[in-house]
Amino acid sequence: INYFLSKPRFTQVLASTRKLHAGADGSKVSPSAAPERLPFCRVTEEDLAFFRKILAGRTIVDPDLVEPSNVDWLKSVRGSSEVLLRPQTTEEVSQILSYCNSRNLAVNPQGGNTGLVGGSVPVYDEIILSTSLMNKILNFDSISGVLTCQAGCVLENLSFYLEERDYIMPLDLGAKGSCQIGGNVATNAGGLRLLRYGSLHGTVLGLELVLADGQVLDCLSTLRKDNTGYDLKQLFIGSEGTLGVITAVSILCPRKPKSVNVVFLGCETFEQLLKTFQLCKSMLGEILSAFEFLDSECMRLLNTHLKLPNPISDCPFYIVIETSGSDPTHDAQKLHNFLEEAMTSSLVSDGTVATEEAKIKALWSLRERVTEALTHDGFTYKYDISLPVERIYQLVTDMRKHLGNRAKSVVGYGHVGDGNLHLNVTSPSKDPALLAAIEPFVYEWTASCRGSISAEHGLGLKKRNYIYYSKQSQAVALMGNIKAMLDPKGILNPYKTLPDNLKQ
Amino acid sequence: LSCKVLSSVVTPCYCFVSPQIRVKPDNTGVVTDGVKHSMNPFCEIAVEEAVKLKEKKLIKEVVAVSCGPQQSQETIRTALAMGADRGIHVDVSGKDYENLGPLQVSKILAALAKQEDAQLILLGKQAIDDDCNQTGQMTAALLDWPQGTFASEVSLEGDKINLVREIDGGLEHIKINTPAVITADLRLNTPRYATLPNIMKAKKKKIVTVKPADLGVDVTSRLEVLKVEEPPQRQAGMKVETVEDLVVKLKEAGRV
Repeated sequence: INYFLSKPRFTQVLASTRKLHAGADGSKVSPSAAPERLPFCRVTEEDLAFFRKILAGRTIVDPDLVEPSNVDWLKSVRGSSEVLLRPQTTEEVSQILSYCNSRNLAVNPQGGNTGLVGGSVPVYDEIILSTSLMNKILNFDSISGVLTCQAGCVLENLSFYLEERDYIMPLDLGAKGSCQIGGNVATNAGGLRLLRYGSLHGTVLGLELVLADGQVLDCLSTLRKDNTGYDLKQLFIGSEGTLGVITAVSILCPRKPKSVNVVFLGCETFEQLLKTFQLCKSMLGEILSAFEFLDSECMRLLNTHLKLPNPISDCPFYIVIETSGSDPTHDAQKLHNFLEEAMTSSLVSDGTVATEEAKIKALWSLRERVTEALTHDGFTYKYDISLPVERIYQLVTDMRKHLGNRAKSVVGYGHVGDGNLHLNVTSPSKDPALLAAIEPFVYEWTASCRGSISAEHGLGLKKRNYIYYSKQSQAVALMGNIKAMLDPKGILNPYKTLPDNLKQ
Repeated sequence: LSCKVLSSVVTPCYCFVSPQIRVKPDNTGVVTDGVKHSMNPFCEIAVEEAVKLKEKKLIKEVVAVSCGPQQSQETIRTALAMGADRGIHVDVSGKDYENLGPLQVSKILAALAKQEDAQLILLGKQAIDDDCNQTGQMTAALLDWPQGTFASEVSLEGDKINLVREIDGGLEHIKINTPAVITADLRLNTPRYATLPNIMKAKKKKIVTVKPADLGVDVTSRLEVLKVEEPPQRQAGMKVETVEDLVVKLKEAGRV
């Protein structure tokens, strides 16, 4: 079937197609806009009868109840699905996918719906397959620290469960109150602790998945070391629901640290921030568990929109450092030495320390709630970029210069310790001209440093066509082959992750 | 107000790391080993108020006091980092510390207030581990000083103090003479963060250690804890499909 559209018909289709950022005259469409609907079948009454038979009471067709699952957290993309399915077991997921595959019905797996690239909601009428009711913890081994649970467990709930048993999750992110572990794995979520505990590619020990044809793939190992054949789970970690639906996860969890300290520092220049990072690694190395930054523009948004006060004096850059260790006295001493050195060598102009829970939460919220503050500032254009650490802020400065006063706010923050910048631009409302100024400027800038155009957010719908800025075409072609092999009909999360031109 | 010394009391408290407080197996108390001890939030507010008064030049000096074992000195250091001038650590440890309650603490504070010739004592309204809400009131009684408890606003007017108190019916405005005891409530202020330059400065400020006996105070407790137990486990609820079912179930349970 030929999906290639000639120009006049393109304009016609645009009128009926969901648009994201189309040009004003409809002649030039942004690569992040949705493509035309692929010829999947549409849901019929027979289909609903089948779903109701296996999911009694959990086949949702009431538009008001389906609506929240049709819109992403940023309220930037909306689908028109009419069916929300809520299985409780792997077997139910298997039956659903087997049926949908045979009927050629598209399926959108959905966890907490906190994704930022439009990957978690339907583009058209894809059936939403929610893992929210698959929220059982299956097992926890307190000797090895391996947790096995269903994919729909909310990250924060897993944290609470583990903390009671003196362990913690190896990942932590601002969305923890809503995001689910299955979604975290499907997007290879990074977060605030990656610096210390590594990525999910290292901490996930096993997965249970359901493939596009309904086949259950049991790779749910709890072994730390297992070199028997190809490590299939690695393929699914970060696959964004396009290669299979994750139904259970086993993950290696670290011990809860006995001593946690959070330091909030202010620096005059980015160079000093980087030097502070080096000093930090050398003096705090083994207890360092997070190194995040935010700029003064972020602080302004936190003050203005969320009424969070600055705990120290105004500085161009702020750092959040967290240490986690097994001995409070040792850690306090190391931290004291580091802070004294940072202050006396004037790398840091001001700062404060928190050692107890309430204050620690308050300091962390200054970093974790920047995303929320941005949503109050207007329509947000989000970029999640990996760059060589010393170049990180240059992109923000260049973007500010490039956009001038076309943008309302341009802010930079993020996991500077991992070389990951969150660059955000806001405007009072959706502005296609502004978007055209930002993209592809930001991607070309990133590609020129051989950076990644999506460090941890994934590609989803919005960034799928930019993959070539960070990956060679042979690599992308191989990805397409793997997708075709695992999901020949392409029913799993269509229109996402892989670029449109793969289909031609 | 030619206020010579403002004594601000800092109570170390047991701040439990969420989510679980555990009762000791022998039911004599709660587990405190390995639990982080930090400054009582209401006492933090008291320290903040004291420092603010000093910054407004209404009082001369802020002395932070804490009763407890060696670790109490850390809490005093935090107060010094917030702006207190010097600290007094009243050394009470072991069994004496476990049994230390509001009566003994208020005797100690009264003795210290006389020794330091303080004009004002600022404390938190209650400690969040025992929730007694007694120390401020007892201290005032022992010294025969007026007391302004649950203060949400404090202002000095000559040698009197204007206070707004948070009470069940609303807000009460009173005027009291000095010397006086004030206990801080939640809305009195928002405590500042101790910033690094001040934390560094605080290391040079003096903390003097004394024993209760030096102050002529006997810390033997008049109370004996008989038993500490957890509240009963919460029973699972039940879901019903209709209002009629709800009424039936309520009747069955004898609630209606």
